[in-house]
Amino acid sequence: MRRLIFILPVVLFAAVLIGFFAGLGRDPALLPSTMIGKPVPEFSLPSVRPGDQGFATADLGGEPMLINFYASWCAACRIEHPLLMRLRAEGVLLHGVDWKDQPQAGYQWLQDRGDPYVRVGSDVSGRTGIDMGVSAVPETFVIDKQGRVRYRHVGAVTPQLWDETLRPLMDKLRSES
Amino acid sequence: MRRFLILTCAVLAVAGSAWAVNPDEQLADPGLEARAHSLSKDLRCVVCQNQSIDDSDAALARDLRIILRERISAGDTDEQAVAYLVARYGSFVQLQPPVRLDTLALWFGPLAVLLVGGLGAMIYIRSRAPSRAEPLSADEEAEVETLLKTDKAG
Repeated sequence: MRRLIFILPVVLFAAVLIGFFAGLGRDPALLPSTMIGKPVPEFSLPSVRPGDQGFATADLGGEPMLINFYASWCAACRIEHPLLMRLRAEGVLLHGVDWKDQPQAGYQWLQDRGDPYVRVGSDVSGRTGIDMGVSAVPETFVIDKQGRVRYRHVGAVTPQLWDETLRPLMDKLRSES
Repeated sequence: MRRFLILTCAVLAVAGSAWAVNPDEQLADPGLEARAHSLSKDLRCVVCQNQSIDDSDAALARDLRIILRERISAGDTDEQAVAYLVARYGSFVQLQPPVRLDTLALWFGPLAVLLVGGLGAMIYIRSRAPSRAEPLSADEEAEVETLLKTDKAG
């Protein structure tokens, strides 16, 4: 018992040290989303593509899908763009939102690099993104059959993230009723 | 030199009150603007995380300042306006986190460490203190007496 009193502080100190050290590796930009499990907030955006149908809450649900927030001024979006093109080629249901950007610039981006989106809305004011807790582009949300947010990824989608997390999740959501 | 000092002080005095709010964002009603201003000082910018949205020049911070002012103009109470942003970005945006079950460690952790440490220190110090001396028995008293006498004699 007496010995415990002397050992306990050392053990506690070691535990705190390990906790802090593990915390060093965490990215402070990765905030927990408040949206998980909730329906996507109501929105209705005009299309980035001139003359095309817009993107609205009514387009959500039915099948699991991805919503990808991008912008023509966003550097990391360039990194993930080839992967988005691959997903589109594989038939993944992928919608886009051009966030805090001029629709002409967002459209030019799609012209220059290819257009991976089924629907792509123009969110000039950024309010649709803010309603979903978007803090920076790119961000990608997984939406289930009921139109609820099930996953949020901050930063560029990597092939590894797609293979290990997003695709298994979408397969699982597909099998949900 | 003196003039320079006065000028420096004057410049610093003005600089102290500078914030990132642009004139075009401000509300016409000074009362509402003051409320918005004081609320935004306690809301964290999610882009540059150790600044308040009041201090930050980030585009998103500007958007959130404008949204805050819209909510207040629409008749929201301070709590409702803050709750609007917390619903979107989580209580992380509150620079002063609320006391909740999951923030108990944050609020009272240091106090708990102090109490446990203080308790430990108290036990330790108690254990090192010399124990109270037992009163001498009659035999011992007699022996002391002799010793003192012989000492005096010697």
